[in-house]
Amino acid sequence: MADNPLSNRPARILPVLGLVLLAAVGASLLAGSSSLRSGEVLAVLTGRSDNDTVRTILWQIRLPRALLAAAVGATLSLGGLVFQARLRNPLAEPYILGISGGAAIGAILGILGGMAMFPGVTLSSFAGSMLVMGMVLLMARGGTTGRSDALLLAGVMLNAFCAACIMFFLSLSQSAQVHHILFWLMGDLSMADPRRAYLLLPLLACFFLIHVHARPLNLLLTGDESAAALGMHLQRTTWVLLGTTTLMVSIVVSQSGLVGFVGLVVPHFFRLLLGPDHRVLVPACILGGGAYLVLCDLLARSLPAGGEMPVGVITAMIGAPVFTLMLWRAGR
Amino acid sequence: MNAVSVDTITVRAGKRKILDSLSCAVREHDFLVVIGPNGAGKTTLLKTLCGLTPLAGGGVTILGLPLSSYSRHRLAAAVALVPQQISLEFSFSVEQTVLMGRFPHLGLLEREKQRDYDAARRAMRFTEVDHLAGRRLDQLSGGERQRVMIARAICQQPRIMLLDEPTAALDPAHQVLIMQLMQRLRKEEGVTVVMVSHDLNLGAMFGSRILLLRDGRVVNSGSPAEIMTAENLRQAYGCPMHVDLHPLTGTPRVSILPFDSTRPAGREDAGAEQPSPLS
Repeated sequence: MADNPLSNRPARILPVLGLVLLAAVGASLLAGSSSLRSGEVLAVLTGRSDNDTVRTILWQIRLPRALLAAAVGATLSLGGLVFQARLRNPLAEPYILGISGGAAIGAILGILGGMAMFPGVTLSSFAGSMLVMGMVLLMARGGTTGRSDALLLAGVMLNAFCAACIMFFLSLSQSAQVHHILFWLMGDLSMADPRRAYLLLPLLACFFLIHVHARPLNLLLTGDESAAALGMHLQRTTWVLLGTTTLMVSIVVSQSGLVGFVGLVVPHFFRLLLGPDHRVLVPACILGGGAYLVLCDLLARSLPAGGEMPVGVITAMIGAPVFTLMLWRAGR
Repeated sequence: MNAVSVDTITVRAGKRKILDSLSCAVREHDFLVVIGPNGAGKTTLLKTLCGLTPLAGGGVTILGLPLSSYSRHRLAAAVALVPQQISLEFSFSVEQTVLMGRFPHLGLLEREKQRDYDAARRAMRFTEVDHLAGRRLDQLSGGERQRVMIARAICQQPRIMLLDEPTAALDPAHQVLIMQLMQRLRKEEGVTVVMVSHDLNLGAMFGSRILLLRDGRVVNSGSPAEIMTAENLRQAYGCPMHVDLHPLTGTPRVSILPFDSTRPAGREDAGAEQPSPLS
């Protein structure tokens, strides 16, 4: 055995992923309806230019949007990783399990109720996702957490129920915001607002909390009994992990709507590439998931000739085939 | 000194008593083999000893301290469990799996140090899986996987090791290998071993003490020669058995007999006319 078997190959990819994320953010700053030159962007970012138009585009529109995309991608990837480890099911992720849907119901109720975006809508979103998570855990308990079919059926059912609730609330509403909410439901990053940058702080705290639980996440993959026998406090760890994950997912859903399948595609890709060790997977999902959604958003902004499409369209077009492939492989 | 003292414990699953006022003791450095028919409460007893099953009554003392006084971390540093099964959905490498045994010795924010890697390396050498260090667990044979799980338990550096049917589904050579490993662990490392087994002959050959359970209660406990009698086994298992001494090892040798050869004393219905499954 190498002196430190966990500091070899897989960990070396993290600086590379950091550079990929930076490159993706850089590309996102340059591309758009009015394309900017890299020299201009660098000059504005370093305060060496007084071009007001470029400064407004960068500081008010593109940078907040790129940061929001990176935060949403990192959060959803990490969320998928935690759910997959805790439920020992490679197909579990916040969107498929209906937890994002629960957060969306809470957020819509908050918006229609005239609540402030923070903390009002975020808290109502958190309440909605916690409710759905509790229902998923209730349905999946009794030794069925590892059974893909039971868990996925519960998720499909809850997702359909959440979608029906959302349409029900929207149908009853006379609000002029309905069209906007429908667009937001498919995953909309155009609402990025530099004044809400403080939301990154609770997200970073959640990332840190999950990162320090990387070793317990590893133990959970070997089975509940095995983890408890190794000294892990099963109940406490479960609540910390799922509570933290649900909180961060509800924060990003309240800002970006429903962006599906990120929590499935990104952890799966990195698990194939780096193995199952969460000490590497947690930072990899934060950096790689962030880069993935920034690039998806770039596509969503660039593909339509005029305007843009919701980023959730792109993630679903990539994620749904990956999900089907994984389901097919699981059934073999 | 007793490594484990179990004092009239009761464990329930709903209204059913899995363990019913069960008492027993395991002396330090003993190799106790727990035997008994299915549903006797063997696995539940093991889980109780490592704090995985809540007690409905009675008490357990581990190394002189009440079980309830241990935190999960401290208990795992003293008592290691080799479970019957491990999830292979997401498979770690052998070295990563063995290193998990250091969890009870590390804080949440602490990283493994050289002594932790040394402990893992030593445990892998002890169980002779060091050449498999980089292999994934789901790529190993049953015997290799079982030795890795024992290496993980050794890496915990426990004073008591609990094993739940570690030889189940292994071929004879691997069964003996695992049992000899346990004997070496007891003799060279001074670890107290408690093992659940359905293999009566292996238990008699390697165990220093036998605990015979039935319906959540102790039928008898003592040395293999004292416990492995035809009468005791018939009473517990409800099927006829013949016991003699093995000519080479001198330990009790158990042979299972068909039901019609003799009427069992333990269960009224066991020796009765058995209806044909085809009738």
